[in-house]
Amino acid sequence: MGLDIKIPIGLMFLLFGVMLTIFGLATGSNTEMYKISLNININLWSGLFMVVFGTLMLVFSKGLFNRK
Amino acid sequence: MGTSFTLQWLDWSIIILYFIFVLGIGYTLRKYMKNASAFLEAGRSLPAWVTGLAFISANLGALEVIGMAASGAKYGLTTVHFYWIGAIPAMVFLAIFMMPFYYGSKARSVPEYLKLRFDEKTRGFNAFSFAIMTVFASGISMYAMALLAQVILPLKFEIGPFTEFDFYLLFSAFIVLMYTYLGGLTSAIYNEVLQFFLIVIGFLPLVILGLINVGGWEGLKANLAENMVHSWKFTGSPDANPMGVEWFGIVMGLGFVLSFGYWCTNFLVVQRAMAAGSMSAARKTPLIGAIPKMLIPFLVIFPGMIAIALTAIPESNFSLPIKGGGYDYDMVIPSLLVHYFPTGILGLGITALLASFMSGMAGNVSAFNTVWTYDIYQSYINPNKSDKHYLRVGRLTTIFGVLVSILTAYVARLFNNVMDFLQLIFAFINAPLFATFLLGMFWKRATGHGAFYGLISGTLAAAIHHGLTAPAGATTLFKGGWLTGGIENAVHVYPSEMAQNFWTAIYAFSACLIITIILSVFTKQLKTVNDLKGLVYSLTPKYREEGLSWYKKPEFLSVIILLIALVLSIIYW
Repeated sequence: MGLDIKIPIGLMFLLFGVMLTIFGLATGSNTEMYKISLNININLWSGLFMVVFGTLMLVFSKGLFNRK
Repeated sequence: MGTSFTLQWLDWSIIILYFIFVLGIGYTLRKYMKNASAFLEAGRSLPAWVTGLAFISANLGALEVIGMAASGAKYGLTTVHFYWIGAIPAMVFLAIFMMPFYYGSKARSVPEYLKLRFDEKTRGFNAFSFAIMTVFASGISMYAMALLAQVILPLKFEIGPFTEFDFYLLFSAFIVLMYTYLGGLTSAIYNEVLQFFLIVIGFLPLVILGLINVGGWEGLKANLAENMVHSWKFTGSPDANPMGVEWFGIVMGLGFVLSFGYWCTNFLVVQRAMAAGSMSAARKTPLIGAIPKMLIPFLVIFPGMIAIALTAIPESNFSLPIKGGGYDYDMVIPSLLVHYFPTGILGLGITALLASFMSGMAGNVSAFNTVWTYDIYQSYINPNKSDKHYLRVGRLTTIFGVLVSILTAYVARLFNNVMDFLQLIFAFINAPLFATFLLGMFWKRATGHGAFYGLISGTLAAAIHHGLTAPAGATTLFKGGWLTGGIENAVHVYPSEMAQNFWTAIYAFSACLIITIILSVFTKQLKTVNDLKGLVYSLTPKYREEGLSWYKKPEFLSVIILLIALVLSIIYW
């Protein structure tokens, strides 16, 4: 069906990932904020995970990098 | 209001971006919706991993997520029975034995299969009850979403009788309407896949933080009662486990009748498999879905258990809201989100919840579209029109379905009893269904009259059993005892509502099976051998996967899946 679902999934998670990674880096010194997440910078880690996941989805999608 | 979230710009941006992506998917797909089949059946063109994830995602609506977390808190690890014994064997059975008939026959829906295999009245009964049921399910999901959004989202206002409740309800209905109207079943399925990844990526950090906090699996065990951390160990007698059901009721009622009835005959999920691009992909759909299905308990049941364990650890500062003298178990997920997630990831967690609410609605609306257009409109109202006509009807049905869902949501809000009553009726109608399909697919002698009156008898048996018995502690006649002049006179009192449900299903299935067999023997088979080709096991050439290596065959995959489920059950014995 026309659109490969990997493209919107990849784009969305890449975007969310970049947003949370940057936000996590910017707020990394704010120990007060991350007290609730057990002093783990959960934004940074989740952000990085989503960047990797989103990129993988895009790499394996049809039409964006692979022309089949 | 301990669970109301304070959201910042980043959280709102994530939520809004998600809505943009959802609508964008519908908008991009709209130009491929050239005929009724593309709109209502996704053109039978999707890859197996997409239909496989949608297969379990359609069932992973927010009601399920919230409900399973609540069950995790109430019943502990016993809840995994809904995922392992209560889903995996049925999904494997659908893939191996039933999919060849659904996909290989000319049927475009489950009711249409019944028409081809049995007769018009059997199809009509199934089509109408399914259509009404899905619209109600979508309405109840919409109502629950607005109710939860009202509690957790910070936006509050009141303009005359119009409050934020109405805003959330109408807004979610509008989004669902837009993307289903534009992209049909494909759009609904694509958004279910998106929702699947959102749930996993949004809830995984929650479970990880929770487990770190309570000290891992050992910490959970230390802070919970022993019968909360075992799946089978305490099912020898119903009094020993928190669910109040013994192993036989679990295996036969849940694992066999209810689970096979749902996963193998409910068009909402079967439709996902029928949208696959080939027979091989259709058969792999439930199998691919089964793998994440086995692991979802860790995402939705663990939070409930973690929440209860945390209340036993004073220094965690965690508490669940109270409702009517006990914990408000439905607030497990929102409470944990607000407890562990700082701004940023909080937006993602809320998005995951909203996504599962909306795809729960869209799943029902897309299944309703197909059954309404093909099995009701084309069959009884306006047959023999052009394909373009049915495409237009399919589109308009989306609007109609969403409008009726909105209406249902308000009925649910005003008259809670009406909803309880309807859900009870649907439970009666669903309980015997699998017997009909089992006989239809594997016994060529089963006749239309047998099937139809078997179904009616099964439904009646369910109602009578429910009316004669009651669960312990029941207070309203919705729970049982309405045939004995009150709950206190019930013929049998079950230790829990769950046990009563499982046994209602067992009786309904048995009644349907027996009556269908008896009537089939005494009525004439009106279908010829030729009619039944492709619909019945013994008259269908065995389907062979050509050119697939042995490890890619569905049979091999099935064995692996059953083994994993077995190993998981032993580990969490």
